[in-house]
Amino acid sequence: MSEALREIKELTDAAYEYGFSTDLDTDIAPPGLTEDTVRLISGKKDEPEWLLEWRLKAFKAWQSMDEPDWAKLEIQPIDYQSLSYWAAPTSKPVLDSMDDVDPDIRDMFDKLGIPLHEQKMLSNVAVDAIVDSVSVTTTFKKTLAEAGVIFCSFSEAVQDHPELVREHLGSVVPVRDNYFAALNSAVFSDGSFCYIPAGVRCPMELSTYFRINAENTGQFERTLIIAEEDSHVSYLEGCTAPQRDENQLHAAVVELVAKDRSEIKYSTVQNWYPGDENGVGGIYNFVTKRGRAHTEAKISWTQVETGSAITWKYPSVILQGDRSIGEFYSVALSTKRQQADTGTKMIHIGADTTSSIISKGISAARGQNTYRGLVKVLRSAENARNYTQCDSLLIGKECGAHTIPYIEVKNPSAQVEHEASTSTVGEDQLYYCRQRGMTEEDAMSMIVNGFCREVFDELPMEFAVEAQRLLSVSLEGSVG
Amino acid sequence: MLHVNNLTASIGGTPILNGLDLNVGSGEVHAIMGPNGSGKSTFAHALAGRDGYEIAGTATLDGVNLLDMEPEARAAAGLFIGFQYPVEIPGVNNMYFLRTALNSVRRARGETEIGARDFLSVAQEAMDLVEMKQDFLHRAVNAGFSGGEKKRNEILQMAVMEPRLAVLDETDSGLDIDALRIVASGVNALRGPERSMIVITHYQRLLNYIKPDFVHVLVDGQIVKSGDHTLALHLEDHGYADFVNHDLDDAPERPLSGAVR
Repeated sequence: MSEALREIKELTDAAYEYGFSTDLDTDIAPPGLTEDTVRLISGKKDEPEWLLEWRLKAFKAWQSMDEPDWAKLEIQPIDYQSLSYWAAPTSKPVLDSMDDVDPDIRDMFDKLGIPLHEQKMLSNVAVDAIVDSVSVTTTFKKTLAEAGVIFCSFSEAVQDHPELVREHLGSVVPVRDNYFAALNSAVFSDGSFCYIPAGVRCPMELSTYFRINAENTGQFERTLIIAEEDSHVSYLEGCTAPQRDENQLHAAVVELVAKDRSEIKYSTVQNWYPGDENGVGGIYNFVTKRGRAHTEAKISWTQVETGSAITWKYPSVILQGDRSIGEFYSVALSTKRQQADTGTKMIHIGADTTSSIISKGISAARGQNTYRGLVKVLRSAENARNYTQCDSLLIGKECGAHTIPYIEVKNPSAQVEHEASTSTVGEDQLYYCRQRGMTEEDAMSMIVNGFCREVFDELPMEFAVEAQRLLSVSLEGSVG
Repeated sequence: MLHVNNLTASIGGTPILNGLDLNVGSGEVHAIMGPNGSGKSTFAHALAGRDGYEIAGTATLDGVNLLDMEPEARAAAGLFIGFQYPVEIPGVNNMYFLRTALNSVRRARGETEIGARDFLSVAQEAMDLVEMKQDFLHRAVNAGFSGGEKKRNEILQMAVMEPRLAVLDETDSGLDIDALRIVASGVNALRGPERSMIVITHYQRLLNYIKPDFVHVLVDGQIVKSGDHTLALHLEDHGYADFVNHDLDDAPERPLSGAVR
């Protein structure tokens, strides 16, 4: 046992594989957050008056709110006035050709193993790459346009499709929803916008890679996806970040609108810098993700969370329409000093609504992993069904796993199931694999990937491969 | 091929193996029998390199001392253990596990890895040997397997890994007569001039199916008696009681009451 612990310790000390910083010429606003900051951001982006008003309303709301403290997280106080709320690469390249993209940026993507040009040619994935706050390049726009799909940066959508943005922005996550959502609403920089017209099946997976690049700059992404009636879209989001010593605040908001009989599948692989083994540095990740499912619509969240020093994230579904479906599949890995408090909320409003939750929490080194989930069945939700399965895997003796399910049922016809398990990676499992010739590291990686199988199976193929690789890389740095 | 010399093993200061000597030649099948707690399984785990034992002595396989190596290196050197209690690995597909195992030892030996398609035919051959259906490969490793399926899976793995030395630890325990026959015929099919086997068992029943060249009796961490197949038959009739006082010459004549302590 002590041998295994020693190796776990040793491997925990491995450096973050993606820790590098590309030197981009960055235009950064001075630190501080006032009404003027909000006006500056809105002005920089040349936004219409209504949006500025919306931001200011959010800013006022934020000022009157307090940081939430109910999560099982130990968070150093965040000085919101010391952050800069705007950063943009100054050399914004032409969008229609990869050759025009800043070589530094391309190089950065190469280091991340995301060769855009290759993806463009081979994998049939449209990539809207975001470096800091402004979209650098958008591919595949033409193919999508032919299908009537709009996939662009949020800023572009504000300029080109203001009526769609205005109708749906804040319709799922209101500005006053929570502290971080209000902050995001006030100062959001950019993000992705996606619109699938009625009856259209999006011809390709939509993918966005987020990067946090400028030092000491909060990143406030805003994503809005609208699936009209009978449409279908699969959206992929993945991110890694360069190594930093200071905590970086990230407060994103994602809103999904799934109209009648539509389906939105939203997959995330999150690998931001988790901080070092002493808990120094690392991203603070406070995310509000929520979807509204109308009649017979389906919203499916799949997330693989391996990064960030702190993860505060509860992708949720409001099951508003009758027979709507909500799903949540999650793998969350906490190692080093990482803390994750994550889960989902399934709000059953319509009749015959169904939700399923599969959560796999992995704790290693000194990581703390909490599943926090709410299943709420309102009086109106006749015959609602929920199935929840929470599995925790412990690796080593200094980590922790916590499961906090909330179940509120107001309709007696509801059926709500909750199953939970906690297990460790057994010495005997490792020994068995090693007797079959595998190294301890390979064995650990295989066992943990097996533990996550049900979730990985939900990811689109190319993402599943990436997620497995990511988990293995993260495990190299966390377990033996 | 295998030379075990004065092997001792203890856990937390409690001795389990007390100077075990054993020589196994190429192509030979040896049976190790003995009462509960005599150290049979410990012998297998000491060879394989399980954590938690204090080990001394030597155990050379083809001239290299296994005891100096990591468990995975011992596997690459050609050692295979058929586990008494195969562990479950949920979510890991049996075929993937097998291919990863095979390619791990191939890589360690500097051989080329086997691709998914070629592996399928390797696996198929092994499957036929233990009369397994195709879906067996697509289930998670040992998860939800019956006792018999787990043991057949061990033999399947042995067939795929093609070891130099296989140590089968109570492969017969918990098997019904049909499963026993299948496991035994699988083992017999894998016998060959280049492969040696050590069959650890409580009962001589298995040895009706797998005819050993030598039979050893292990008591208190030492081999107290070696012989041919007939020794197993003697044990069947008289039990181990004759050997527990290490006094062997007159053992068969000893009255039963005197042997029970």
